[in-house]
Amino acid sequence: MVEHGDVRVVHKGGSKINFREPALSTDSRFLLCASGESVKVFSTATEECLHALQGHTDLITGVLLRPSNHLQAYSCSLDGTVRLWDFTDGILIRTYSIGYPIYGIYASAKHEGVIFIITPMHTDTNSELFQLVAVHLPQCGEQLVEAKELSAVLSNISSNPAASAFGREGQYIVSAKPLQLEVYFFKKHKSYSFFLKKDNQKGGKNTFTCITCHPTEDCIASGHEDGKIRLWRNFNHRKEYTYSTLHWHHSAVSSLRFTPEGTNLLSGGVESVLVQWRYNQESQRDFLPRLGGAITHISVSPDGALFCTSHSDNKITIIQSCVKVSAVIQGLVKGDRIRTDLMIEPRSKALVLNGKPGHLQFYSLQRDKLLYNLDIVQQEYIHESGLEQFEVVMAAFDASGSWLATVEERKQKAPELELNLKLWAFDDQKQSFVLNTTISAPHEGRITALCFPHVSDGQTTMLVSTSRDGHFKAWQLAAPAHTEDEGPSWSCDFLGAYHSLVPECCCFSADSSLLAVGFQEVVTVWTPASWELLTTLSQPPGAVRDLCFGRLSCSKYLLGATTSRLLCCWNLLTCSLEWVTSMDVSLLLADPLSENMAAFCFEAGSTDLFVFKPGEPRPLFSHKALCSGRVTHAVFVPREVMLESCDEASQWLNCSHLYFLTQSMDLLTFITKAEEDKLTASSKQLVVSDDVAMTPFHLLLGKHRDQLENPQAESRLSVEPIRQPSSSAGINELLQMPAHVLPSASFLCSMFVQSLLISVNKPSEQNKEKEEEMESEKEEEDSDGEMESRISRPEHMPSGESGCAAPALTKEEVRELRRLKKLDHSWMKGLLD
Amino acid sequence: MASYKPTNIPVYPKLGEKVTEETLYWKNYKTPIQIKEFGAVSNIHFSPVTPYNFAVTAFTRIHLYGLLSQEPVKTFTRFKDTAYCGRFRSDGQLLVAGCEDSVVRLFDVSGKVALRMFKGHTKAVHVTDFTSDRYQILTGSDDYTCCLWDIPNSAQLNTYQEHTDYIRCGVTSQLNRDLFVTGSYDHSLKVFDARVDKSVMTINHGHPVESLLLYPSEGLLVSAGGRYVRVWDLLKGGQPLVSLKNHHKTVTCLALSSNGQRLLSGSLDRHVKVYNTTSYKVVHNFDYPAAILSLALAPEDESIVVGMTNSILSIKHRKPSEEAKETAGHQRRRPSYRVYAHRKSYVPKQDDYLVSKPVRQHLAKYDKQLKKFNVSKALDTALETWIRGRKPEITVAVIRELDRRGTLKNALAGRDEQELSRLLSFLIANLVDARFAPVLITAAEMILDIYQSIIGQSPVVDKQLLHLQSLLERELDYQKDLLEVLGMLDTMFASSLPKIELPCSGISTSNGLPQGQSTDVIFPYNKMQSRVFE
Repeated sequence: MVEHGDVRVVHKGGSKINFREPALSTDSRFLLCASGESVKVFSTATEECLHALQGHTDLITGVLLRPSNHLQAYSCSLDGTVRLWDFTDGILIRTYSIGYPIYGIYASAKHEGVIFIITPMHTDTNSELFQLVAVHLPQCGEQLVEAKELSAVLSNISSNPAASAFGREGQYIVSAKPLQLEVYFFKKHKSYSFFLKKDNQKGGKNTFTCITCHPTEDCIASGHEDGKIRLWRNFNHRKEYTYSTLHWHHSAVSSLRFTPEGTNLLSGGVESVLVQWRYNQESQRDFLPRLGGAITHISVSPDGALFCTSHSDNKITIIQSCVKVSAVIQGLVKGDRIRTDLMIEPRSKALVLNGKPGHLQFYSLQRDKLLYNLDIVQQEYIHESGLEQFEVVMAAFDASGSWLATVEERKQKAPELELNLKLWAFDDQKQSFVLNTTISAPHEGRITALCFPHVSDGQTTMLVSTSRDGHFKAWQLAAPAHTEDEGPSWSCDFLGAYHSLVPECCCFSADSSLLAVGFQEVVTVWTPASWELLTTLSQPPGAVRDLCFGRLSCSKYLLGATTSRLLCCWNLLTCSLEWVTSMDVSLLLADPLSENMAAFCFEAGSTDLFVFKPGEPRPLFSHKALCSGRVTHAVFVPREVMLESCDEASQWLNCSHLYFLTQSMDLLTFITKAEEDKLTASSKQLVVSDDVAMTPFHLLLGKHRDQLENPQAESRLSVEPIRQPSSSAGINELLQMPAHVLPSASFLCSMFVQSLLISVNKPSEQNKEKEEEMESEKEEEDSDGEMESRISRPEHMPSGESGCAAPALTKEEVRELRRLKKLDHSWMKGLLD
Repeated sequence: MASYKPTNIPVYPKLGEKVTEETLYWKNYKTPIQIKEFGAVSNIHFSPVTPYNFAVTAFTRIHLYGLLSQEPVKTFTRFKDTAYCGRFRSDGQLLVAGCEDSVVRLFDVSGKVALRMFKGHTKAVHVTDFTSDRYQILTGSDDYTCCLWDIPNSAQLNTYQEHTDYIRCGVTSQLNRDLFVTGSYDHSLKVFDARVDKSVMTINHGHPVESLLLYPSEGLLVSAGGRYVRVWDLLKGGQPLVSLKNHHKTVTCLALSSNGQRLLSGSLDRHVKVYNTTSYKVVHNFDYPAAILSLALAPEDESIVVGMTNSILSIKHRKPSEEAKETAGHQRRRPSYRVYAHRKSYVPKQDDYLVSKPVRQHLAKYDKQLKKFNVSKALDTALETWIRGRKPEITVAVIRELDRRGTLKNALAGRDEQELSRLLSFLIANLVDARFAPVLITAAEMILDIYQSIIGQSPVVDKQLLHLQSLLERELDYQKDLLEVLGMLDTMFASSLPKIELPCSGISTSNGLPQGQSTDVIFPYNKMQSRVFE
């Protein structure tokens, strides 16, 4: 066994962004959403992720704007802490330690200094009972505060944060239990329960699913399992409460929200239609259909300008108040629907897997961003549970990325199986895949494997599919016909079978001169040139589950994993078994750029990874107990820059990354120590320059400011004859930026010239003026309270500097520095009160 | 927000022959003009000069037809017995013909009486032709001899007695006045040179030779006999170039299309085949009502004239070219087009702010109804007479879409007698279509489920159900027969394939159809039938 030393398994991107309701900032510019262990701040205009607020050590369960300061936000997590963030700058302000796992968070403007959280009733066990607890947040300046003043408000509530809501002006809090509504009045310190009327309880699907309160009137809206929405009124009296019913949704209402003025009520559910009801004129409705997956959360910005809906397909849609979609933030779609293998699109190196129903998603691993979705099924998706839909079950790319083959199927039962094999050609003009051929019912049984030959130079013109009907078929790209103006299309070239056994897997050799098809216990080797059966290899007992040819110098080896827990390696030159080892291989794959092969083995409830070369008896790398459960999806991703690690244990990662999906659908990868160091270094750099929104201006001005920020370095640089580094990056930025987003040339010119100047002691006259202008503007904005600190600071700052034997600062620099300090610490004010 | 995705109407591959440039070219002929002659049309020959009249030899007459006339412009009747092989001279002034009575007659095209009579053969003369110097005539006869005659003094110049059977075809070289080729029923072709007194080349065709053809370059010789058309390379000493066997009866006549790119052969099997002369593949096929004896093409392929054993002469003229038609149509349309061209041709200036109108998605009526979940109405629309009759694939696609949505039952239910009978008539028309069967069988089962209770209430519906039942019975019989044929074919293939050492059962299929499709279809029919009986 080889030590796995410095190679580590890490999570890689694609965390859920639809887990909890996102929060929109007051000015509707930012969207905050919980994403795994960090809070992501997105720009609503550009859909870009601006910051990831990192600090929590467990799943984040809620994000909420601070009612008293609209630039700050709370987040709560299962790690038992509530953190306060400045989300515009991405800074952690304070951490409140509660000590219990938190499942939800509420706050109201009326209850200052108090937040309400959902925690389990019994801390030790995994109980299903939760309570709403009021937490008085202590006021002190420290970073880490322990909040001890807890008082229970409501007990036995649901852990779903959508099932509780604050009422008008924070006077009461409502919580929905399965069949009743509980309202707690803060004035009376009393809670009332309300039930549905007896005749409405019939049918049993009256369970409350979500709740929201009208912002200005005493009205509670509740959503129900059967798709009804009920508006409750007059609940100040215990007995005389009334409710009215609205019905449009055909299945459960998953989210409800009033607009800030209370003029409209928004509702959403499985149908993926956002319904806007006029308050008091409920017959008037607006609809926004076909938003994607089922709507899970709706949130509304405090100014009412934007709505956003979270969807089950890991997507957030930002909608303008005129019911028009303005932006879509799409995360990596994961879930039990993933039936295709993980694949790499050879052109963009994007990860490809099932996405939205009937789509393939192309996900950039480098940028952790969804590139696009490709509609495979091309049919209207009907949002109805229990309906059998077409699903993309298989996909394959050819080596050059010019062809994509997909298989979609509907109905699992054999006699009614509907199968389509589709072939997509890459269109250079559209930069996307375009449907070339649809083959309906390519096989009579389900397709078990699909593969293209590996030829990377010439055009691929062949595809092999194996099916449960006992045949494998070779499809050929037919030459274009004489007159038909359509291009070439695919048709069946060869139908092969072997003793009416069921083929399970197929694989082309590295030079595509051989095709291996595994017919249960027998591996057959065919030559695609003439479709002759060359030889059969068999290894009793147990059916062959996975086949893989070696690459490069090991291309003479064929590896097969059998169901009888064996991994066999045949030598194709001698047609004999080279070696056998006993392991339960769940997945076998070859690195396209090296001889290495990876085998994921299932052993005692967890998966082990072995990386080996077929020709060598010793594995290169092994990792025991990678994760629990079987690994069935994995892929080698070619690196953009080859690593040159000589360390034996990490050498196999030199050419490619290895990504894999665990049974719990986490995307994991391996990372070497050297890479990790590089990553952390780069992330630190980012933190420094992250305090201003990333605009083209910032990219130029930020550089400029960096120079001023550490005058020491500045002065040191000034000694050196040629000062290139910082300015060259700026020039690059300037050159790469599209011209229309740049400020006017006259403005840039001075800055650009200045960045090239060697001396900083004599900034140009023009620049000085500019800075003075900026200075005066800033001063006007500043509050008087800050004045004191502003004066005091320059006094001790230069004194500290002088100790370091640095040259004396110019006046401009001191002023600039002062301005900077003031800017950075503006959030201090928020802390002090 | 994604837009509504309309119902996917699958495009089914067109069965039958593929449309190629060739087929378009050869199909571009008008319906044939048929003229009844007095007997089997044994020879057709086009005059090499304008107005390209053609001589049709049938029974005891030779008719001259103009290219566009349906009546003969001239008739030569002075034959005592059946005439053979009426041919024009290269200047179109003289015509020569053989006869059953062994006399060869030479006519002036404008006159009626024979100018010369060449007597010397002892049996019927089937072959006559002018040599390229225009002063001599080649004849071939059933007395196994062929002769050269001088026209001015009607003297016999030379006689060749090399063939051992009837001479039934011959052709003179157009480049050399001394060369000619004859073909005989003794299976041989002989190339003669008038300067020597015997044949210079003998080629064995292998079957009685019925027709001969020289390429314009005269490097290649085509012979037809038996079921074979063979091409010989004369420059390589009569080496066989290619042998074509595309007819299933004797090939009787050959012709070249005007540019020499295509070879046509007519046969007793009533087909005319067109070959590409570079690949020698059949590119087109004409069907005729009777066995073909003679074939000729007008210059520029303007018309195809075919003579048959049932004494019918069939003339096909080429349709006028598309371009002429198009220019005429274009001119007519122009004025109205101009009115609208103004707006479309407006080019936005640089500073213009373009307000783009959202493109409205056009949806078919059934799609609009499906979008609103009006399933019954969508099915009604899809069953409208026009769609049902002309584009059944649309109706089937809508039914499939309803099935996918799980609402097919709702859409089928609650119909009155008239609507139900419309549904049933659609099923009767399309149920046995292999492309639609999987979808329609599901629908038919649902209809039977829903309307089981009302069977016997309406005579119209009952009649249609009975019809459906008989249809299914017939289809089952077909399928059974087909399976039997399939089994027979399998055994034939298995025995004819060379034994391979390895146990392999790979069968190559050139078409994309899965082999076992018929078996796939038969089971649901079986089930259906048992249900109908209930």
